[in-house]
Amino acid sequence: MSYADTNEDVHHGDHDHHGPAPGLMRWVTTTNHKDIGTLYLWFSLIMFFIGGAMALVIRAELWMPGIQIVDPMFFNAMTTMHAIVMIFGVVMPAFVGLANWMIPMMLGAPDMALPRLNNWSFWIMPFAFTIMLSTLFMDSGGPAGGWTLYPPLSLQMGDSFAFVIFAIHFLGISSVMGSINIVATIFNMRAPGMKLMQMPMFVWTWLITAFLLIATIPVFAGAVTMLLTDRFFETSFFSAAGGGDPVMYQHIFWFFGHPEVYILILPAFGIISHIIPTFSRKQLFGYDSMVYATASIAFLSFIVWAHHMFTTGMPLAAELFFMFSTMMISVPTGVKVFNWVATMWRGSMTFETPMLFAIGFVIMFTIGGLSGLMLAITPADIQYHDTYFVVAHFHYVLVPGAIYSIMASVYFWIPKWTGNMYDEKLGKIHFWVSTIFVNVLFFPMHFVGLAGMPRRIPDYSLQFADWNMIASIGAFGFGFSQLMFVYIIIKCVRGGEKATGQVWEGARGLEWTIDSPAPYHTFEDSPIITSDTVTR
Amino acid sequence: MSTATDGYYIPHEAKWPIVGSIGLFTTFWGLASWFNGSGLGQFTFFVGMAIMVFMLFGWFSTVVGESQNGTYNGQVDTSFRMCMSWFIFSEVMFFGAFFGALFYVRNYSGPWLGGEGAGGADVTNAVLWSSYDYVWPTDGPADIGGGFQSMGWFGLPLVNTLLLLFSGLTCTIAHHAIKDGDREKMVRWLGATVALGLIFTGVQAYEYYHAYHALDLKLSSGIYGSTFFMLTGFHGFHVCMGAIMLAVVMFRGMKGHFTAENHFAFEAAAWYWHFVDVVWLGLFVFVYIF
Amino acid sequence: MRFGIIRWMLIGLIATVLPSVGLAEWGNVNMPKGVTEISREVHGLHMTIFYICCIIGVLVFGVMFYSIFKHRKSQGVRAAEFHESTTVEILWTVVPLVILIAMAIPAARVLIKMEDFTGSEMSIKVTGYQWRWQYEYLDEGISFYSQLDPEHNAARQKDSDVDLTQFDNYLKEVDKPLVVPVGKKIRFLHTSADVIHSWWVPAFSVKKDANPGFINENWALIEEPGVYRGKCTELCGRDHGFMPVVVHALPQEEYDQWVSEQQDLMAENASQTDRQWTKEELIAQGEKVYGASCLGCHQAEGQGIPGMFPAIAGSQVATGNIETHIETVMLGVPDTPMDGYASKLDDIDLAAVITYQRNAFGNNLGDTVQPYQMKSLRQGLNQSRAVVLDQFDITRGVN
Ligand code: HEA
Ligand code: HEA
Ligand code: HEC
Ligand code: CUA
Ligand SMILES: [Cu+2]
Repeated sequence: MSYADTNEDVHHGDHDHHGPAPGLMRWVTTTNHKDIGTLYLWFSLIMFFIGGAMALVIRAELWMPGIQIVDPMFFNAMTTMHAIVMIFGVVMPAFVGLANWMIPMMLGAPDMALPRLNNWSFWIMPFAFTIMLSTLFMDSGGPAGGWTLYPPLSLQMGDSFAFVIFAIHFLGISSVMGSINIVATIFNMRAPGMKLMQMPMFVWTWLITAFLLIATIPVFAGAVTMLLTDRFFETSFFSAAGGGDPVMYQHIFWFFGHPEVYILILPAFGIISHIIPTFSRKQLFGYDSMVYATASIAFLSFIVWAHHMFTTGMPLAAELFFMFSTMMISVPTGVKVFNWVATMWRGSMTFETPMLFAIGFVIMFTIGGLSGLMLAITPADIQYHDTYFVVAHFHYVLVPGAIYSIMASVYFWIPKWTGNMYDEKLGKIHFWVSTIFVNVLFFPMHFVGLAGMPRRIPDYSLQFADWNMIASIGAFGFGFSQLMFVYIIIKCVRGGEKATGQVWEGARGLEWTIDSPAPYHTFEDSPIITSDTVTR
Repeated sequence: MSTATDGYYIPHEAKWPIVGSIGLFTTFWGLASWFNGSGLGQFTFFVGMAIMVFMLFGWFSTVVGESQNGTYNGQVDTSFRMCMSWFIFSEVMFFGAFFGALFYVRNYSGPWLGGEGAGGADVTNAVLWSSYDYVWPTDGPADIGGGFQSMGWFGLPLVNTLLLLFSGLTCTIAHHAIKDGDREKMVRWLGATVALGLIFTGVQAYEYYHAYHALDLKLSSGIYGSTFFMLTGFHGFHVCMGAIMLAVVMFRGMKGHFTAENHFAFEAAAWYWHFVDVVWLGLFVFVYIF
Repeated sequence: MRFGIIRWMLIGLIATVLPSVGLAEWGNVNMPKGVTEISREVHGLHMTIFYICCIIGVLVFGVMFYSIFKHRKSQGVRAAEFHESTTVEILWTVVPLVILIAMAIPAARVLIKMEDFTGSEMSIKVTGYQWRWQYEYLDEGISFYSQLDPEHNAARQKDSDVDLTQFDNYLKEVDKPLVVPVGKKIRFLHTSADVIHSWWVPAFSVKKDANPGFINENWALIEEPGVYRGKCTELCGRDHGFMPVVVHALPQEEYDQWVSEQQDLMAENASQTDRQWTKEELIAQGEKVYGASCLGCHQAEGQGIPGMFPAIAGSQVATGNIETHIETVMLGVPDTPMDGYASKLDDIDLAAVITYQRNAFGNNLGDTVQPYQMKSLRQGLNQSRAVVLDQFDITRGVN
């Protein structure tokens, strides 16, 4: 296919075509985008089990009314840490890992733009999470004020407070450096001739995601810095007595926090936009509108933050504005969903595991999106806010949303990474078992939420007992079925049916023109892209 | 590029990043323990800082060495430029959070505490803070920190503004000098820029001293003190960073680095300096004047 | 074959979900209709948007499943070539926009109505504390605290072994409910003394954050007498889950009667504060207070939780100098969960709980402190307090 376009005339310096350094130091000192991608992905998988184990502590305590297992303080710490681990330790690193692996290959680039910085971005993560997780073992316990860290409650945290804040700064450094690297790679490392509107969707979505990260992570860092000075240096940012306002923290936090949730979903949109066309054997419908929709979502995400704050007592005009702007996000998101459906329409579909996860994503993300739309309706949100209805909403967009997209992409690209096909039968079973349990887990949360169960509570009234028990069954079922995922991955790394370079019949794009497994160095000679090279 | 080889340079086996991670880990861990009152924490913090300095020195030496050897081609140079500009953008957003806090307090929550606004402001004032009238500058309805005088804009702040503006000018002259290939002139004007930066910092330090001792204006002086010191302090920290960058560039210039075509490090430091400059103008207008 | 798998899986999914639906009544899976005009409108809005979302879902998934079943390779379908169409793309941008506008108009109408605070006939100030509510009737001069019912409080302790099914409203019962009249527009003023709380009564569609140092307004016009229950819905620390709201809405005459009873009670209480109490009276009262306020941390036998909450039994403070003990309880210990109780308990309860701690759990010191002593101590405190209290205890310093 497009590899024929490689320009033989490009001069190249004397690259030493050596492989990776041997031993452990290979991983510590590597600058190779594939190695770093692998590190990110394994890190994220490990963190998934840590964050998941915390979720299981939550679900075990909520198994029935009454307090059976943990102290309420520890329960709150679990809720907080579960969210921090899942968001900053699982979904974000997984997406960065995928970006590392795939973006250079999709662009026909030899590596990321700033390989050393790339290494640092990864090697911050384990250190930062060491600080973060160590707070759970401190005398004062871990952070227990929710992942949103609202003051004044978060200021009541014991000795772990400063550690949590600095761990956030630490993680932020990693995210911003990683994002800068991705932006520089996309703008600067495209194969000669590749226009922006020729870039694969995953690259586009990551470009916009990286922009969101660079724009919002520093704001979050600013917010927690103010928490720090309020606690240790007697400033009054969030205290009315000194003329500040605790609600101001929420504004600043959500100015970051809302774009953050799109950071957790835009790369997923990109991934799905690769998988559905592949297994429909049909080009992605409406590429241009996909790009514009992504950009619109990103733009809107900056002006909707206060939909998390409808009960904080904002002026009417602000409430109306944030309601309308939030509702608007459904339009570009709808465009994406419709485009996926139109891609499937009159395709020639097969249902290998990545496709199953992608379809599962589209359906369950839409369910989560629609409940998001309900939350956007301010008067109704007065009732929904801080209940399990919200918990149901965001788990639908995050678990069968973001997490499913990550699983889909692992199944989709693992043949390219390892050179082996995964076990298709086990993959399908993994999908179906997960899908059943994930709904048993999260669907009942809509019910208890509407019926009045607040979130972040370790104990509840008897009327919610049945549904909570069902959700807990779902949680353990879903959690333990993920051990299958690990098994399938390890099995695939170890061996299996050999994969071709093309891997999937309908796959398009530069990454499929190289061998499987992808050589340690790819595209050292840039392919020359012409208007009819298939790049997406 | 004169001596660049072709092909995008991909370094192998970077050892500085892991040193940097260990350094940051030590720094943050030490700082957090220090905040919790541990003497060992203070020590750990300084060890961490030492590791960081060591790392930065080592990392930059490597890069400078590679650059001098002509390892980088134009494309690598572009990557560096993008990296620096997006980094500055992230810093802009960091300042944005603090400016946002200032605007929010002054235009929204402050007046609210003083009783202006619909849907609860009047009762907030009448029931909780009945003796409070909102006027900026304020240390809040509970007079946190006791009385203080605010910092006027005329005098030292104005001097500082002129200093920084002038330093922008000297920096630009230095830039033109290197573009003309006149390295010595560049070093001279850079020296002036660094000196102006240092004088600025000195004046700022004196201003703080004055604030604490003569005006009773402290970090603990309610929201005015909080925003004042947070914004100017954070800015001052950036001035120091910028001055260090410029100084490094100056020494490199003295060692004969940089040519008329190839002086990215100079430009990066200069961009940073201009950014710090622009932020100061924002500060001068919104923190000092209005 | 593949189709077979999918079908079985779908049947499996339905088979797991359906019986679970049967477990609970319908009322347990949807938002209940409330007892105010606003809450009924919110409920109506909720149902409307819910149905619209269902229809959108059915349409989108319908098309998708049609495609999944018809356009498969195994059916011998060859992929079509098309990949864009400006017409349909405009269509599916505009149609959702129209649907959204159709939703936004009624939503905005209800919202504007909710935010209309004019014409209220009485005001109640609701202050959140970790973890109880204070209700102050601004016109009637009534003021009291309301917290989780002591029996529930004992039952919810870890390893309490209490049979929870004996309670009709587990965790939704308080020692002293808020009492309000029906048919009157009541204005609620929400604030907090420590961290952010949120006062929620679903039946009124009233949920508003209680921000320390600020007051948020809200209102309700209740139409039917009855008992309405809600919860604190903003994470406020360890016992956030145990901060229920109970409102008794009474017909006007009964309400008036309640008001005069309360006023008598307040007067009575004032005179009680000034009299001399016996040790036994104080201990009896103190046991109640301890059970309601302190037991959560210091535990039933005063043994505390090692490493987290110190024991009261044999505690140096509770068996030592009484001034230190009083100060610890009134002002709390900064930067620890031990809060100051000076503003959370009245003079009688303060004196009682301190006396109780000094005489229970084997701390048999035999000394007492009298309510009137607390009263005068409190006055002295008001001046120095702002200095002593750490920064997030802000409002307490001034009121
Ligand atoms: C991946 C993460 C993610 C995503 C993508 C979203 C997407 C959306 N979210 Fe969600 N949200 C969260 C993660 C996410 N959210 C989290 C984590 C929280 C809680 C944080 C906390 O408090 O801890 C939260 C909370 C939250 C709230 C606050 C609730 C509260 O606390 O009271 C609101 C309110 O407006 C909201 C709205 C929305 C909306 C409107 C969308 C939209 O983007 C959805 C758009 C999608 C669709 C609408 C479906 C597809 C569209 C069609 C099929 C077209 C046809 C549709 C129409 C015509 C309407 N979200
Ligand atoms: C990407 C983000 C993400 C993901 C993937 C998840 C995944 C899950 N979440 Fe999470 N959740 C959040 C983000 C996420 N959540 C956020 C942001 C909050 C809000 C926090 C707040 O209020 O501040 C939240 C809150 C939250 C609550 C509400 C807590 C409360 O309000 O008190 C609950 C309750 O059920 C819950 C449950 C679950 C479950 C069961 C899963 C499951 O999907 C997990 C699957 C489980 C596993 C994968 C476990 C596997 C483990 C084993 C098999 C055991 C073996 C163990 C080892 C080998 C170590 N979550
Ligand atoms: C949220 C938990 C919590 C509640 C509720 C609580 N305390 Fe405490 N209490 C603490 C903690 C924690 C300490 C230890 C503070 C420290 O580190 O010195 C403490 C310390 C004390 C001490 C000093 C004990 C010693 O030996 O140091 C006394 C006395 C005391 N509390 C009395 C009370 C009384 C009376 C009440 C109820 C009216 C109460 N506490 C409610 C958490 C609580
Ligand atoms: Cu009070 Cu939650
Ligand atoms: Cu949001």
